[in-house]
Amino acid sequence: MSSSTEWPLWEVFVRSRRGLSHTHAGSLHAPDAEMALRNARDLYTRRGEGVSIWVVPSTAITASSPDEKDPFFEPAADKPYRHPTFYEIPEGVKHL
Amino acid sequence: MTVVTADAYEAAFDAAVAADERIEPRDWMPEAYRASLVRQMAQHAHSEIIGMQPEANWITRAPSLRRKAILMAKVQDEAGHGLYLYSAAETLGTGRDELLDKLHTGRQKYSSIFNYPTLTWADVGAIGWLVDGAAITNQVPLCRCSYGPYARAMVRICKEESFHQRQGYELLLTLSRGTPEQHAMAQDAVDRWWWPSLMMFGPPDDASAHSAQSMAWKIKRHSNDELRQRFVDICVPQAQSLGLTLPDPDLRWNEERGHHDFGAIDWAEFQDVLKGNGPCNEQRINQRRRAHEEGAWVRDAAAAYADKHQAALHTESVEATA
Amino acid sequence: MTATPTTHATAPTTSATAADPAVNATAALALGDDALVLSHRLGEWAGHAPVLEEEVALANIALDLLGQARVLLSLVGDEDELAFLREERSFRNLQLVEQPNGDFACTIARQFYFSVHQHLLYRQLAAGDGPFAGLAGKAVKEVAYHQDHAEHWIVRLGDGTAESHERMQRACDALWRFTGEMFQPVDGLEVDPMALEALWLERVTEVLERATLTVPSGARTGAWAAGAGRQGLHTESFGRMLAEMQHLHRSHPGASW
Repeated sequence: MSSSTEWPLWEVFVRSRRGLSHTHAGSLHAPDAEMALRNARDLYTRRGEGVSIWVVPSTAITASSPDEKDPFFEPAADKPYRHPTFYEIPEGVKHL
Repeated sequence: MTVVTADAYEAAFDAAVAADERIEPRDWMPEAYRASLVRQMAQHAHSEIIGMQPEANWITRAPSLRRKAILMAKVQDEAGHGLYLYSAAETLGTGRDELLDKLHTGRQKYSSIFNYPTLTWADVGAIGWLVDGAAITNQVPLCRCSYGPYARAMVRICKEESFHQRQGYELLLTLSRGTPEQHAMAQDAVDRWWWPSLMMFGPPDDASAHSAQSMAWKIKRHSNDELRQRFVDICVPQAQSLGLTLPDPDLRWNEERGHHDFGAIDWAEFQDVLKGNGPCNEQRINQRRRAHEEGAWVRDAAAAYADKHQAALHTESVEATA
Repeated sequence: MTATPTTHATAPTTSATAADPAVNATAALALGDDALVLSHRLGEWAGHAPVLEEEVALANIALDLLGQARVLLSLVGDEDELAFLREERSFRNLQLVEQPNGDFACTIARQFYFSVHQHLLYRQLAAGDGPFAGLAGKAVKEVAYHQDHAEHWIVRLGDGTAESHERMQRACDALWRFTGEMFQPVDGLEVDPMALEALWLERVTEVLERATLTVPSGARTGAWAAGAGRQGLHTESFGRMLAEMQHLHRSHPGASW
């Protein structure tokens, strides 16, 4: 006999140190959230890589599509005035 | 939304690969690229988990507690590496169960090296030094593979694997400098593992079925023969430091090429093991299949529990420590 | 195999390298052997676990226990001499931890019974000022996780499918008679075994009930199990386990590894 359904896939996010945000570490299978957390602890922090873990069902993630890449991200590229380097400040002016 | 033609997709893909950009899961990619990647990542993942067996064979007999801890941690890493790689393959929509099923039914392969037996404790050292050494030579370039999830998994794996080769070398060195019986055990292991390790780089370039296309797609960065030569050149001085010999009378430095020449590899043996006639092919697959089948009730139970207690399925976050 | 033991055949506590005279060797060996033997059993799972994630989890527990064993044995003497050159009768571990892995339910039941006990014991040792306080303080965090892992599985297997429920119940029942030994007093461990036992029973009952399992009703001890492991009397499978564990080391007397 073999399993009828595969355990769902979870995405794992690990905070490596206090003060840093959680970053995506990888994924794993687990039957439920509690086990996913434990599996994530065993797999992704066994060399001391983390102080906090999030697990999220992979199906719960809504991702932008590569097809939408241009409308999503290109309009942001031509607004240099959002960046501090856009502005010219006379030499010698401090604390700006 | 812009309407994009198939040709434009292909051009964008080609341009990304040419510019050394990474291809990510939801990007368009040629079907053959996808298939080739799934095949390679699956085979790589299978190799990690089948590769646990020859070494696990010695966990219960490790001759010191220090070695026992090292070996357990190493075999555990291999399970972890299998997990990373199955996850990478899953980003292309192929579930782990499907891949495991293909392994269990012989439709997908794993590295033939693991069809050789570990007959003595020294084999644990020879696997670390030679087999992991060959694997690392193969894997380091994969950290720059064009497919993002595969490259990222390989970065993690290579980082973790650096201890594997060193522990093997240290183990052999201890044996080589130990009693005459221990030294003989180490030499015997190197004699048995040397040629199969050279075969790990795959058939010669002119006979390799997938090489050319994989190189063009930057899944692969160096040819089989190139990597094999690199490995031989690295191993020769390492063997000298170990005080052990490599079992090849034709092995010598070629000043002109700036490389070591080495003897002819027995490709008939390679093909034979690949076909399933190695010393442990059946044993390895049977153990894997048995573990999977005997674990079915456990996996089913946890899934049934989760169904009953749906609330637990909600996303959860826990601060692990202060 | 013809290797014969050269040391520690009868007197495990007389090693020339004994590290700390303040440590009670009986207690250190009892705790160290528990950890060593259970770690070895868990190591036998490598390559056989029901799912890849569990390979990693079981190995983590085995490695924690092996680390504890190495510290404890080193308090008494040379860790390898003690592990590889003692005869069966000189091992002081509980009979519970030497029980064969069986199916996954048996392994989990064994881990559950032992970890709940070890956690209560180490918590007390850590809170005290005895010779094991430092070691227990570190180990208690590891053991808390082992207990958590075992309890999560007890609940899932007990309250999973009909088959898993039956297997889990059978495993809990079968190992029940080895659980009384955990509360026999050990020379050098300043804890109240009766108080530990009451807390242990309370926790075990709570978890088994949560798992829809029945708390076993049989005797928790017997002629062969009442503190016998602590006195060097073990069950049949243990000799075989030691034969495998010690064979290579003993085949090369005096060798370094």
